[in-house]
Amino acid sequence: MTPLLELHGVSKRFGAVQALSGVDFDVHAGEVVGLVGDNGAGKSTLVKVMSGIYIADEGEYRFDGDARAMRGPQDATALGVATVYQDLALCDNLDVVANLFIGHEELSSGPARALRSLDEASMEQQASELLQTLTVRLPSVRQEVGLLSGGQRQSVAIARSLIGEAKVVLLDEPTAALGVAQTAQVLALIKRLREQGLGVVVISHNLADVFEVVDRIFVLRLGRKAGVYEVGETSREEIVSVITGAEFGKDEEAA
Amino acid sequence: MSTAAAAPEPGATAGAEREQNGRFAVLQRVAQGELGSLRVLLGLILIWAIFTIANDRFLTATNLVNLSLQIAATGMISIGVVLVLLLGEIDLSVGIVSGLCAAIMAVLVEQHGWAAVPGIAAAVAAGAAIGLFQGSIVTRFGIPSFVVTLAGLIGWQGALLLVLGDTGTVNITNPAIVDLAGTFYSGATAWIVAAVVVAAFALSSLDARRRRLRAGLAAATPVVVAVRVAAVALVSFGVVAVLDQDRGVPLALVILIAFVVVFDFVVRRTRFGRHVLAVGGNAEAARRAGIRVNRVRIVVFVLASALAACGGILFASRLLAVNQSSGGSDLLLLAIAGPVIAGTSLFGGRGTVWSALLGGLVIGSISNGMDLLALPSSTKYMVTGAVLLAAVVVDAATRQRRQREGRV
Repeated sequence: MTPLLELHGVSKRFGAVQALSGVDFDVHAGEVVGLVGDNGAGKSTLVKVMSGIYIADEGEYRFDGDARAMRGPQDATALGVATVYQDLALCDNLDVVANLFIGHEELSSGPARALRSLDEASMEQQASELLQTLTVRLPSVRQEVGLLSGGQRQSVAIARSLIGEAKVVLLDEPTAALGVAQTAQVLALIKRLREQGLGVVVISHNLADVFEVVDRIFVLRLGRKAGVYEVGETSREEIVSVITGAEFGKDEEAA
Repeated sequence: MSTAAAAPEPGATAGAEREQNGRFAVLQRVAQGELGSLRVLLGLILIWAIFTIANDRFLTATNLVNLSLQIAATGMISIGVVLVLLLGEIDLSVGIVSGLCAAIMAVLVEQHGWAAVPGIAAAVAAGAAIGLFQGSIVTRFGIPSFVVTLAGLIGWQGALLLVLGDTGTVNITNPAIVDLAGTFYSGATAWIVAAVVVAAFALSSLDARRRRLRAGLAAATPVVVAVRVAAVALVSFGVVAVLDQDRGVPLALVILIAFVVVFDFVVRRTRFGRHVLAVGGNAEAARRAGIRVNRVRIVVFVLASALAACGGILFASRLLAVNQSSGGSDLLLLAIAGPVIAGTSLFGGRGTVWSALLGGLVIGSISNGMDLLALPSSTKYMVTGAVLLAAVVVDAATRQRRQREGRV
C-alpha cells in the first residue's frame, strides 16, 4: 500500500548545524506513527518539513505516491496535512465553534452574503457533528474556549485540524501539559482519528503514551533515522536505548 | 496505566459531568454575557434614581433630550475606541482627531464655501487617512499603538491650531451641519421610526430562529423571542414617548444608535468582526489560521479615526463652532472610560459595541446630574473616576471568580 505521506532522503541544514540528514519517513492512512528522539534529535525540524514550514535542502516529499514541490505551509494545508502545535493556538475569548472555524469562517448564502455575514447555524451544526464523530465531550459548543479544561482544549485544537478535510494530522506533544484523565481523553481521540482513516504523527517524550496509542515508533537520533519499530515487537527499554544511542541491549540480543 | 481500562473510564466521568455542566454552563453564560450588560443597566438605574431624588428635574423630558444630545458625539467616538480595544490596542489620538477633522470641515464649509456633504466627507476622509497613517506605523514598525497615538495626540493638536489659523475659532452657520444636532423627530415620524426598529428586530430574530431550526440546532423558544422583542419594543417606544414630550427624538441620537447597531453587526456577525476578535484574543493563533493580522489592525485604526471624525462633526454641530479646545480637555478620557465602564476589556477580545452607548450614558448621566445639582467640576471628575474604578474592579472580581469556577 502506498503511504499517505512519505519523505525520502530528507536533509536540512541550519548554518553549521546539520539538523536532518537523509531521513526517510512514512505514514499510512489509518496509522499512528510515534516520532521520538532526544532533545535536538531533529523531531521538530522533521515535523516542520512535513508541515511545509521548513523546505528540505534535499530529499523528496511524496503525498499519495506523488512527488510534491513544497513552497510553504499553505502547500501542506492544501494537500490535507494539518499540524496541531504544542501551544494549541486557540483564541480563549471565542467559543468552540468560532475556534474550530477560525480563518475558515462560512458566510451566509443569499442576500446576507453581501454583508459578509457569518453562517453561524451551519458552522455550529458542523462543529457539533465533528465533535460527535470524535466523541469529544464538551459542556457546550458555545462555551468560551478559555473556560475549558486542558484536555478539552487539546481536543478542540485537534478537532480544528480536521475542519479543512485533513488526511494527515501532525501532533506536537499533545499530552505534555495534561493530567492522567485528560491524557487518556486525548489518547482516545487519537485512536478515533486512526479509525477515521487519517494518518497521524505524534511527537512525544512520554513513552508510556507512545506505546499506548501508536502503531509504529520512528526513532530519530542526531538528525538521522535510528530505526523504525512495530509497537508489538519492541519494548520500552529497546526504544530508550535507541534514543540514547546506548545500544547495548541490541548487542546482547545479537550475542 | 493499563491500555484497555484507562480510556473508557475518564470518558464516562466526563459524560456524567457534562449533564451537570450543561445546565450550569447556560447559567454561567447568562452570568458572563447578558448579566454583564445587565450590571451596567442596574448601575445606570441606580445613578438615575440618585439624581432623581436629588433633583426632580433630572428625569424630565427636557433634560433627557439634553442628555442624549450630550452623549451623541462622545458615544460616536467611543464606538471606534471599542473596535481598537477589541484588538487589544489603544488609540489616544481619537479625541484630538475628532477636533481636527471637525476643524477641517468647518474651514472648508464656512471659509471656502464648500457644501455640507463634501465638507463632511472630506472630514471623514481626513480621519480615515490619519487612521491609515497611524495604523501603518503601528503594524509596519511594531511600535505599541500607545506610543504612536500618543505622538498623534500631540502632533494633531498642532495640526488643529494650523487649520484654524489666526482667529483660532470658526463658527458654524451652514444649516445642514447645524441641523445634525438641531433636528428633532416628534409625533408620527418618531413613532414610525421606532416601529420600524422593532419590526426589523423581530424579523431578524425570527429569521435567526428559523435558520437554527432548519440546521437542526436548539433555538430560542417562541416565548423567549417574544420577550426579547417586547423588551426592544418597550425601550424604543418608551424613549420616543418620553422624548416626544419635549422637542422629540434628536437626529444625533438616531445617528448614534444607527452606528452602534451597524458596528455591533460588524463585530458579532461578520467575518471581519470575527477576525478582529480573534486577533484581540490571540494574534499568533489568528496569524497561523491565515488571518491577515496587520490588515485587520490597519482597518480598525482607520475605522476608529473615521468614527472620531464623525463624533467631532456632531460636536461641532451642537456647539455651533470649532475652536482650539475642540477635541481636547477630557473628551479622549471619557470616550475611553465609557466602554471600559460598560465592560469592554482593555486587553482585547472582550467587549461589545453597545458598551459605547451604555458607558456613554453612565458618564453622561453623572456629568448631567451633577451640573443640575450645580456641583463643581472637582466633584464631577472625582465621582466619574470612582465609578470607572468601581466598574473595572467589579469586572476583574467576576473574571477572577469565573476563572476559578470555570476551569475544570
